[in-house]
Amino acid sequence: MSTETFGKWYREDRLPHIFCTGCGNGTVMNCTIKAVDAMGWEIDDTIFVSGIGCSSRAPGYISTDSLHTTHGRALAFATGVKMANPDLHVVVFTGDGDLAAIGGNHFIHACRRNIDLTVICMNNMIYGMTGGQGSPCTPVGKISTTTPYGAAEPAFDLTELAVAAGANYAARWTSYHVAELIKAIRAGLETPGFSFIEALVQCPTAYGRRNKFRQVGEQVEYMRSHAMLLQKKRRLEEQGKDVPDDMFTVGEFVRRYRPALGVRK
Amino acid sequence: MTTLEFMQGNAACCEGALAAGCTFFGGYPITPSTEIAEQMALKMPKRGGVFIQMEDEIASIGAVIGASWTGARAMTATSGPGFSLMMENLGYAVMTETPCVVVNIQRGGPSTGQPTMSAQGDMLQCRFGSHGDISTIALVPSTVQEMFDLTVKAFNLADRFRVPAFLMSDETIGHMREKISIPDSVEIIPRKEPKPGMLIYEAEEDMVPGFPTFGKGYRAHITGLTHNERGYPEATNPELHEALVRRLVDKVESRRHEIADYDAVNTDAETVFITYGPSTRTVRQVLHDHPDETIGHLNLRIVWPFPEDTLKLFPNAKTFIVPELNLGQMAREIERHVTGQRVISMGRLGGTIHTPAELYDKVQEVA
Repeated sequence: MSTETFGKWYREDRLPHIFCTGCGNGTVMNCTIKAVDAMGWEIDDTIFVSGIGCSSRAPGYISTDSLHTTHGRALAFATGVKMANPDLHVVVFTGDGDLAAIGGNHFIHACRRNIDLTVICMNNMIYGMTGGQGSPCTPVGKISTTTPYGAAEPAFDLTELAVAAGANYAARWTSYHVAELIKAIRAGLETPGFSFIEALVQCPTAYGRRNKFRQVGEQVEYMRSHAMLLQKKRRLEEQGKDVPDDMFTVGEFVRRYRPALGVRK
Repeated sequence: MTTLEFMQGNAACCEGALAAGCTFFGGYPITPSTEIAEQMALKMPKRGGVFIQMEDEIASIGAVIGASWTGARAMTATSGPGFSLMMENLGYAVMTETPCVVVNIQRGGPSTGQPTMSAQGDMLQCRFGSHGDISTIALVPSTVQEMFDLTVKAFNLADRFRVPAFLMSDETIGHMREKISIPDSVEIIPRKEPKPGMLIYEAEEDMVPGFPTFGKGYRAHITGLTHNERGYPEATNPELHEALVRRLVDKVESRRHEIADYDAVNTDAETVFITYGPSTRTVRQVLHDHPDETIGHLNLRIVWPFPEDTLKLFPNAKTFIVPELNLGQMAREIERHVTGQRVISMGRLGGTIHTPAELYDKVQEVA
């Protein structure tokens, strides 16, 4: 990112940020800002909204008007902003706990309404802000402070959920896949209706160190080597071949143009 | 010019909101408030406003707060169970100083209770229901006309003080039909804009900061965390937190006598009824039946912030009788402020209102 772009979109008087050393959230923020800047949107017609958690601190570092709301409810507030003033571009930052646990109902209904928001979920598979409790996205068997013997419950696939619930755009990448993530966020910003971009991020402090990722790079390398393109997975399934259990899918899951709510006239 | 109508209380509330310039309604169906949402669904689109039925009451008040930040006059309507769900986000509205109007057509609680019956059991919840120290404004209509008038007033007070304003009505007034007079236009007190050079949360002399509407170039960061005057989180600074919360409470409490709205009748009386909402009507009947001016009546249209000076309007009062549709929620507040007078709580549950005979019997009993 150029110094000029950085200076334009970030509140430098708020630095340093609160993200831990090695956290992936900053990468996702930068990817978002690059995509927003490439859209030609201006600071004064763009609104960032968030709930509670590490991801939700992001709007506080961005120069636009922003609403840091209550836990899980960012989409409800964002719906009010967008419906009351469709001329504003509204982007939501959220996390796996904020969106999939306490905010799950708002998530599926925002997808169903297909309201014209772009939602970026930093999925670190854990509650980072409160010190590492299991979330609905903690993979089975992984250790957290509330799953000390390994998570027993299956995890949500948030991107598949967004597709099923009616979002016009849904994609998943990781903090390793920077170029793809920027492209996906850009596509989400461009697509009218509800756009959902899931970005898996490393959390060395609350997740990595409890789950055999002793270095930040190890978890990033894991995301690189265990990400499988959606198309490849579908090809393997069509050919009747096994998809390894430890792989997760990335790519664009849906891009469609169903009627949407709150679109600028 | 005015138009005379015969109208239901809930419909009058909707008309008042529209007259006041409400352009956003987010809500969820709940008895006995649903007619307000239905009327809004019918009328809002024709006026270029937004009606949206949200997935629950938490989302409803969230959307209302979001809409308010775009400069819209925004409102929701609910009843007990939904009101309980709204508590966290209402605290957010207090902390971020977001104007909005919340209508509570009260029904019998606790829990699902009596959905179709009248009650006033949420009078303390609207004052103390959200966590932390807060102060808000609560208006209580006792006629269909006041449903209209006080809804307009609620919007003006919400914008003036940058707080959620509560219209704390009940099933009786919400579902009652009466003649009302609707004016062609109403007084609208607009939100104060921030003065040039002032920080986002820099309060003026009245302790209220100007409102930095989203999309107007103020570049405001709004958070429910304890924040400094720039709006930036600073959640571990004890002095800052104390100063912020004291200002949020004081901006309302210090103006309680300016905000007060009441009728004081037969002020020389020794026995005085204090009422709000439906009990007001019953006391008026008692006074009508016994016109000897020996029974005093204080009718409060605004109960929070509590205007304790109104008690002094009755210098000869020996007994205050407080008939209300709960177990004495406002009687408890009145007890805090009396100077030696006896306070008799006439709490009532079950969904019906006091009869004039019951109230007159109580006057005879205490005399």
